[in-house]
Amino acid sequence: MTALAKQKPAIQEPAITLELAKSFGLSESEFNLVNDILGRTPTYTELGIFSVMWSEHCSYKSSRLHLKKLPTEGKCVIQGPGENAGVIDIGDGQAAVFKMESHNHPSYIEPYQGAATGVGGIMRDVFTMGARPIANLNALRFGEPSHPKTRTLVKGVVAGISGYGNCVGVPTVGGETNFHKSYNGNNLVNAMTVGIADQDKIYYARGAGVGQPIVYVGSKTGRDGIHGATMASAEFGDGNEENRPTVQVGDPFTEKLLIEACLELMQSDAIISIQDMGAAGLTSSAVEIASKGEIGVVLDLDHVPQRELNMVPYEIMLSESQERMLMILKPGSESQARAIIEKWDLDFAVIGHTTDDQRLKLNMYGECWCDIPVPPLVDQSPLYDRPSVAPKKPAALDDASYPATSSGLLGDLKTLMGCPDIASKRWIWEQYDSLVMGETIFSPGIANTQALKSGDAALVKIPNKDKALAMSSDVTPRYVEADPYEGGKQAVAESYRNITATGATPLAVTNNLNFGNPEKPEIMGQIVAALDGMGEACRALDYPIVSGNVSLYNETSGRAIQPTPAIGGVGLIADYKKSAPIAFAAEGFSVLVIGDTRGHLGQSLFLREVHGQEKGGAPAVDLAAEKKNGDFVRDLILSGLVSSCHDVSDGGLLVAVAEMAIASGIGCTLTDHSAASSFWFGEDQARYVIATDKADDILAKAHSAGISATVIGKTTGADITLLGQSVAVSDLLSINETWLPAYMSQS
Amino acid sequence: MKSAIIVFPGTNREKDMQMAIEHVSGRAPTLVWHKETTLPECDLMVLPGGFSYGDYLRCGAMAAHSPIMKEVIARAQKGTRLLAVCNGFQMLVETGLVPGALLHNRSLKFICKQVHLRAENTSTEFTRSFSPSQVFQVPIAHGEGNYFVDADGLKAMKDNDQIAFRYCTSDGRITEDVNPNGSLENIAGVFNKEKTILGMMPHPEDSVVPHANGHEGTPLFKSIVEALV
Repeated sequence: MTALAKQKPAIQEPAITLELAKSFGLSESEFNLVNDILGRTPTYTELGIFSVMWSEHCSYKSSRLHLKKLPTEGKCVIQGPGENAGVIDIGDGQAAVFKMESHNHPSYIEPYQGAATGVGGIMRDVFTMGARPIANLNALRFGEPSHPKTRTLVKGVVAGISGYGNCVGVPTVGGETNFHKSYNGNNLVNAMTVGIADQDKIYYARGAGVGQPIVYVGSKTGRDGIHGATMASAEFGDGNEENRPTVQVGDPFTEKLLIEACLELMQSDAIISIQDMGAAGLTSSAVEIASKGEIGVVLDLDHVPQRELNMVPYEIMLSESQERMLMILKPGSESQARAIIEKWDLDFAVIGHTTDDQRLKLNMYGECWCDIPVPPLVDQSPLYDRPSVAPKKPAALDDASYPATSSGLLGDLKTLMGCPDIASKRWIWEQYDSLVMGETIFSPGIANTQALKSGDAALVKIPNKDKALAMSSDVTPRYVEADPYEGGKQAVAESYRNITATGATPLAVTNNLNFGNPEKPEIMGQIVAALDGMGEACRALDYPIVSGNVSLYNETSGRAIQPTPAIGGVGLIADYKKSAPIAFAAEGFSVLVIGDTRGHLGQSLFLREVHGQEKGGAPAVDLAAEKKNGDFVRDLILSGLVSSCHDVSDGGLLVAVAEMAIASGIGCTLTDHSAASSFWFGEDQARYVIATDKADDILAKAHSAGISATVIGKTTGADITLLGQSVAVSDLLSINETWLPAYMSQS
Repeated sequence: MKSAIIVFPGTNREKDMQMAIEHVSGRAPTLVWHKETTLPECDLMVLPGGFSYGDYLRCGAMAAHSPIMKEVIARAQKGTRLLAVCNGFQMLVETGLVPGALLHNRSLKFICKQVHLRAENTSTEFTRSFSPSQVFQVPIAHGEGNYFVDADGLKAMKDNDQIAFRYCTSDGRITEDVNPNGSLENIAGVFNKEKTILGMMPHPEDSVVPHANGHEGTPLFKSIVEALV
């Protein structure tokens, strides 16, 4: 393919002023710092480069200080935060490579392309490191169902994820979807990719040396997505739809070719260092490679494959056109690399070389457009210790004063099973190919119609092995809002439980921190406390954070979202055949709850959906109990004593039992343990429901381990029976399945 | 049985197919890149699922004109058995080797879920391990699997017993409720006149290997392997 002929167009760049800098998202002090670093006024191109590199999205300037407090090391960690994705040891010389990333603002402005390119971007982060993506997950948060935009956003975002992920041929195996009014003007789209690689074939951005060719691979560069990173770092006003041209357009077919081409090239030793062009495009990838290798970079932008005429350096450097990679090759290997890339019908161009002067120099049309020292661009990027106020804890509730309604416990159960947060998301996940690649063991949903089995986490087998990776995405934003510290702990603890409930050992997490405007002390207070809680939980559970993404300024017209620090967990089970699904296996099994039930109703779904109140404190998370109960349950599963397992979360014990029933069609007669709503709907942590035909063994083991284990019922028939009342499992299933398709079919 | 799976840019279910065929036949299929112009000697050719050429023109339309397809068509016309699944079926109808067309799903959405199929003709080399009218469960995963053929075409296919599978209820009834994509008369798969070519939208290859949670796609591969030993 030949690049478009380049004649210097008439370029009229605006005068460099403070106002221009501000319109690029730089503050006055940041603009002054740019002038100081350069010792002169920046060029238009340079100003653009500084502004995107120093955007919140790229520089983490508000969160960096606090992110340092997170535990990032552990015995399984091969690569923690700082590279394209985290890398962990999964045995047999293999590694899992994973990360979660947000595409919130683009998905609100242009739902289909915003979500699609979110999926594409996170997959590139993973295969850039030499890993083949084997699973995608997503965490979606939309506004309240009655909001006029919600339905359109759900439809567009889901179609975008489906359109991109299905075409690339990576199964979408899990995720979560919630609805809340705080997301009315600012939905969240967090996408996670997990890949696998051989440990001796992992590629990094670091490692480039002097005098090596810089190669551009993938799609041509256009004018789409210019300044996307800056948009992603600003608050929304109403009417931000006019930003649509800054949303990139995805091409999953090219992504698929890029995966195959890169992985094929990585089998040779041609690549020294590699970086995908994500946020801030060619700018951040070039700066990253220069900074990590402590070298300089000269780019001849004339050679960058372009799909539009008369592009100028500013546009080329800031474009966020998708499906592009930057590589540093071993000198002399260019033709070998070109042959592989061109076999896959992708563009290949040598666009520059590395130098020893640690400067970023950009040439085009015979002129130099940028000459920036790299170290200060990276090291002197602003770092803010923004003022924060500690969040106030809400008053505790009197749990006894919120009884079941006149419909009774089972009537309230029906309400919960049909509420938007618990209702089946089949309408969404049936649009995702969860089976492609042929290794899916547990796929999405409760009453599963894809892989036929569901677990608390998705489970995907490693090719040609019995071992499998368990993956889950978790956070309970209403807890984090009520109590950022406990809520931060809870997100990690729930991830740990979901991985454990399949029988897998939780290994490490990625996080996606979605918050409002950090310049507001109360929002900064949420960030600080949530990270403290998250860090403490990760340490206690030996569940380090190996990668992540921060998305701030999730506000519209001054209204912030519920703080949503999503946790993407990954665990390993040595033999997939030992895993435990959610569904009851057969009639006549005992149903037990492991862990203490105290009846905490504060911030519960029962309180919100049945009593219409969002109040009280978040449930406290006892990390020692999480660890102890988790290890106990995992051992039971692996020793074959447990036939099904489900963690207790949204909706409490009764919802957990009902979900195990609808997943199997088998009913359960519950003991008359308690008639209190707090017992059945309370959201105390560190609990699991298990079904077993060896209850006596388990009770004895629990007794000697000092763990609370209580028989709460027996599987039987086709009804759930409690205190003399019954509800048919098929009714619960139909209530659970009805809400979303009915909602989506309204216009 | 020797088999060859043709891989196009954008093909993504070749591995699923490879695992299934190897599991049943004990012999790994050869993967053949679309730019090749010759095929290895083989008893079975497979056009697998995926999004060849991104499905940007019309599903299967570009792939149907790939260099290797000339050879595939020539061999198929001489009687080498051809199995075409999902995107492969879309290519197959583009070549005209079987009648009909595949339109957008009625819901206009991509759908991935398990479906029940009824074997409509179990006297072929692709289906003889099924009992007559046997119902089996395999997944679908497509956005454009709504099978259509004109009235004359349909009549000819019925006269020649060319309808391979129909979407049905778990007890084998053909109803509109269980038609996942709007296909004419719930048609999920069709043969050519000679029954040497089978095209189908569902993915039997995803219900074969031990770690799959369902294994009801196995008889299809067993039939082929036993016929072509």
